[in-house]
Amino acid sequence: MTSMTEAPAAIAQTDPEAAKVRCENIDVFYDDKQAIFDISMDIPARAVTAFIGPSGCGKSTFLRCINRMNDTIESARVEGRIVIDGENVNSEHVDPVLLRSQVGMVFQKPNPFPKSIFDNIAYGPRIHGLAQSKEELDEIVETSLTRAGLWEEVKDRLPSPGTGLSGGQQQRLCIARAIAVSPEVILMDEPCSALDPIATAKIEELIDELRERYCIVIITHSMQQAARVSQKTAFFHLGKLIEFGETETVFTNPSDDRTQDYITGRFG
Amino acid sequence: MTETVSTTRTERATRRLKQRYRAERRFKLYGQISIAIALGFLALLVVSIGSQAISAFSNHKVSFDLTLAPETVAPNGPGDTEAIAENVSGFYELVREDLLEAFPAASQSRALETELYGLVTRLATIPMARQTADNPGRLGETVTYRAVLSDDLDLYLKGAVMDEQRMRLSAVAAIDPLEASPAGATRFALTTEASLQQLITALEDAGAQDRGLSTLVQAGPAVAKLEDVTPGRLTAQLYAGRAEDFRGAVPTVRILGLPETERNMTDHQIAWTLSLKDQGRIQRGLNWALLTNADSTYPEIAGVLAAIVGSVFTMLVTASIAIPVGVGAAIYLEEFAPKSRLTGIIEVNINNLAAVPSIVFGLLGAAVFLNVFGFPRSAPLVGGLVLGLLTLPTIIIASRAALRAVPPSIRDAALGVGASRTQAVFHHVLPLAAPGILTGAIIGMARALGETAPLLLIGMVAFVAEVPAGPADEATALPVLVFKWSTGAERAWEPNTAAAIVVLLTFMVMMNAVAVLLRRRFERRW
Repeated sequence: MTSMTEAPAAIAQTDPEAAKVRCENIDVFYDDKQAIFDISMDIPARAVTAFIGPSGCGKSTFLRCINRMNDTIESARVEGRIVIDGENVNSEHVDPVLLRSQVGMVFQKPNPFPKSIFDNIAYGPRIHGLAQSKEELDEIVETSLTRAGLWEEVKDRLPSPGTGLSGGQQQRLCIARAIAVSPEVILMDEPCSALDPIATAKIEELIDELRERYCIVIITHSMQQAARVSQKTAFFHLGKLIEFGETETVFTNPSDDRTQDYITGRFG
Repeated sequence: MTETVSTTRTERATRRLKQRYRAERRFKLYGQISIAIALGFLALLVVSIGSQAISAFSNHKVSFDLTLAPETVAPNGPGDTEAIAENVSGFYELVREDLLEAFPAASQSRALETELYGLVTRLATIPMARQTADNPGRLGETVTYRAVLSDDLDLYLKGAVMDEQRMRLSAVAAIDPLEASPAGATRFALTTEASLQQLITALEDAGAQDRGLSTLVQAGPAVAKLEDVTPGRLTAQLYAGRAEDFRGAVPTVRILGLPETERNMTDHQIAWTLSLKDQGRIQRGLNWALLTNADSTYPEIAGVLAAIVGSVFTMLVTASIAIPVGVGAAIYLEEFAPKSRLTGIIEVNINNLAAVPSIVFGLLGAAVFLNVFGFPRSAPLVGGLVLGLLTLPTIIIASRAALRAVPPSIRDAALGVGASRTQAVFHHVLPLAAPGILTGAIIGMARALGETAPLLLIGMVAFVAEVPAGPADEATALPVLVFKWSTGAERAWEPNTAAAIVVLLTFMVMMNAVAVLLRRRFERRW
């Protein structure tokens, strides 16, 4: 595993448009019911990709395939190949636990651990043994919080509980927690849906900054948000990928009528 | 048109609204009534047990000025203190001599002497033997020791045995000996300044003649039994003290509410007790023995200590079995087990197990732990194992509920940063569920503490006069002691039982308090 400092550099050298995550013919079933139908897409390395689509269209299910969080749902079954850095994450010998340290995740509702701010960030590095000493751990915590734009606000109260922060701060804490294990991909499942506009603006700003270093996939129900933060947009409908392309193109000149209807608010 | 419609709608709406408010008030009232009923019963329970138990927490003790003759008290010489401590017979000998000295008339017959010695049981001298052994310097000196009064006489002094009608006569005008021994008159007649008509009426009202009720006449330390009374004259048989004490005195008369044949103490014993009390030799004090003694066949010296220790050992075994197994099973079922038909069956059966009557667990314990494994009978080890099995389903169910109550977002968060399933459970889910698990475990344990039936079946009802030293020793438990004492024939077991119940309830309240405290403490972290 690459260390905290060199990981972003490695990504930074690659072509921003090169595919970081390559999905090939993904099908997902819940018991006998098929939720995702034959989706293939290349997610670029240093860009923000937005997933949009009506509720229940399979955005989350697809997103959770990328770090194998669907493994925790007993009835879920995933077929197809998802290749990250030349390795199929669905293959037998990939350890989902290790995979998740490379593919971080931020959830819809801010879910900090009921522990101190410091411990929230330090937990991941601790279990993966990323820090050899207390100083290194302190450094990781500071770097992560700084990158998440939270350091200035919390540096004086690291031992106080993370659950005591405001909703927006909690969500940035969760992003910092994801960053702390130096992932290459960050998946965000509607990270702003529980936040007020000001906190949302801060997160969006943050996402824009993080795009320099990470491959980010964000699910959102806000067309404006997708337009503001993403470079690529994928539109899902009824478990199928309808349209995937440059955000600008998708919003101004969609090739499919359903996309057009959705982004203009005619359904969904 | 529109207006009529709207009025009717409003009327109906108002009526419905009123109905709804009435229903709400009614429901609140039902709730308040049921709470009042519950509290009423609780108060009734506490008051009835408490009032009974209070009597057992104090008792009467007789003081003796004993000259500790080394030859009687220290059979192996003053050096062997162990022999002194165990020499209950020697001390009882001294107590008997002292009693006989106080009431020499009892020596006239063997039966009377036995009655006199019945004031204090032999085992009541154990404390004085131990105290002497601790202070061998007292040998040869005269020391004041106290010994517990026999249970029935103790209850008599507490007024718990029978109704007693008391009245004062007027001052004695003249006393006339009828029979005498070298020590003085033993039967006498006396006249009082006023007529004795009031006493005669009281005796007739009580039906003393027909029911064979005894009447005692007391003047200071002297107590006599009334034989006959006419308006001018009263004859009585002297039971304790000297007839001379009646001269010029104002005697008290007690009409005892039960005939001698219907109570466990004789007229003589009551007379002696009254006499000792008048001399200041009987005093009421706190009954520490109840908490510091082991069980005994004599209620006045029986205590709950052995049962408390037995219960503590039992609970230790129960906790060390039920909590790890129960919590482990709950974690596995809730967090790891695949949702299959088999786990469904297991789940249903755990719930079934919680509903199995406790006596069935006792049978299982007797069959498996005693017969197959050959564990010792009557031991807290087996009791704890049986109660552990009994508590297991409760703990599993409570723990699973506590685990389920932890928001899934915490699991997601842990898995999201790359924690394994086990790490997510032990680092995050379990600490959050701990207060709920602990509460469930302690409540389960409190239930086990009060369990009687299974312990009866594995022989923990044995009479245990020694405080157990370990979980493999013979022991009994508090609820079993309550059961055993409640079946005791003597009256004094009744307040003792209530006192044991108070001790048991105290333990339960303490455990519940600990549960609440732990929950508060852990919840603050979250």
